[in-house]
Amino acid sequence: MPASEQRPQEDPKRLAEFEARIARGESIEPKDWMPERYRKQLVRMMSQHAHSEVVGMLPEGNWITRAPNLRRKMALLAKVQDEAGHGLYIYCGTETLGVDRQELVQQLLDGTAKYSSIFNYPTLTWADMGAIGWLVDGAAIVNQTMLAKASYGPYARAMVRICKEENFHKRQGFEIMTTLASGTPEQKAMAQDALDRWWWPSLMMFGPSDKDSPNSAELLKWRVKQKSNDELRQRFVNLTVAQAKAIGLEIPDPDLQYNEETEDWEFGPIDWDEFWRVVKGDGPCNRERLAARRQAHDEGAWVREAASAYAAKRADERAPSAA
Amino acid sequence: MANDSRGNGASGDSQWPLWEVFTQPPNGAPHEHAGSVHAVDAEHALQNARDVYARRNEAVSIWVVPSSVITASTPEDMGPFFDPANDKPYRHPQFYKVPRGIRM
Repeated sequence: MPASEQRPQEDPKRLAEFEARIARGESIEPKDWMPERYRKQLVRMMSQHAHSEVVGMLPEGNWITRAPNLRRKMALLAKVQDEAGHGLYIYCGTETLGVDRQELVQQLLDGTAKYSSIFNYPTLTWADMGAIGWLVDGAAIVNQTMLAKASYGPYARAMVRICKEENFHKRQGFEIMTTLASGTPEQKAMAQDALDRWWWPSLMMFGPSDKDSPNSAELLKWRVKQKSNDELRQRFVNLTVAQAKAIGLEIPDPDLQYNEETEDWEFGPIDWDEFWRVVKGDGPCNRERLAARRQAHDEGAWVREAASAYAAKRADERAPSAA
Repeated sequence: MANDSRGNGASGDSQWPLWEVFTQPPNGAPHEHAGSVHAVDAEHALQNARDVYARRNEAVSIWVVPSSVITASTPEDMGPFFDPANDKPYRHPQFYKVPRGIRM
């Protein structure tokens, strides 16, 4: 958010009361007084999060029909269905802030809304289903576990529900990677290739480095977030390095090394130019994802119309005849 | 006061009216608010609620209620509305002294 954006004048007394509630760890609920900036930040963050769940269905949906066996196909279908559910949980949370879901969906279709850039990368092989579950859902869990303690009640509650479900996503992905990594040399190479392509975009999922993250200070101050982007990224790396080693895959970072003192796995520089390029719409699949979303929305129009028509007919049948 | 800040649009490419969803877990606990869904009518709301909030046998029963008919207390009233309870510590067991050494 540019610093020049005009901040609404808030009543200092109410603001102080609000911040005291945050400091006491109280949950902020939809009808409570809140600063306009808090509401705006939440709408921005929650709607982007909801859009990410929805767009996140596309890269994996691409492989449902080509899953290698029925067990994998059922798991992937269930996972993708969960992502739709997660999108709905968070849209429902966003609506408690007085925004209409229809408005948000429209912003996504218009291309004016943002969603997680990770979904603008292509899924080229079956191993990408493993890498996404393991890394992308793994990173999401690190982020969402923190958000489950967010100060805004409806957001926190949606996150609790989502975290419970996402562990299945991560494990099914890691199982795919484990199976491929212990398979033929070609299968292992396929797993390594997927890790090579998804590793850096997964680290970028945590957002810009703290010093370049314009929203972080405010989100931390109001306890929407409790950890900074860089802290969460480090936690994810620390968790994941051992998992890669355990299945004999190599993290594609020559600078990766363990720091005995901090007990952190220190990693090499992230290509932030690439990050901003994809955020601004020039990733490998930005256009394709939006086109697919619009097509699905348009092709689903008859379902929405039919449901409305059926409901109207039923209502007429139930209404006592005027005659 | 009704949940009047929430969307309830029903026109054109509509997202349909909003329903609040309450689910009861199988262990005998009471129904609890799970979230909301948009739906054309009650039957549709129940089906959507099942698909969104009960994909893993979390519920043995679901209630759906149009969001617009819920009456709720408001944060502004919170003090005076709840204060009859404030000066009645004798409603809590800790108010009563028990001789040392006796387990209750």
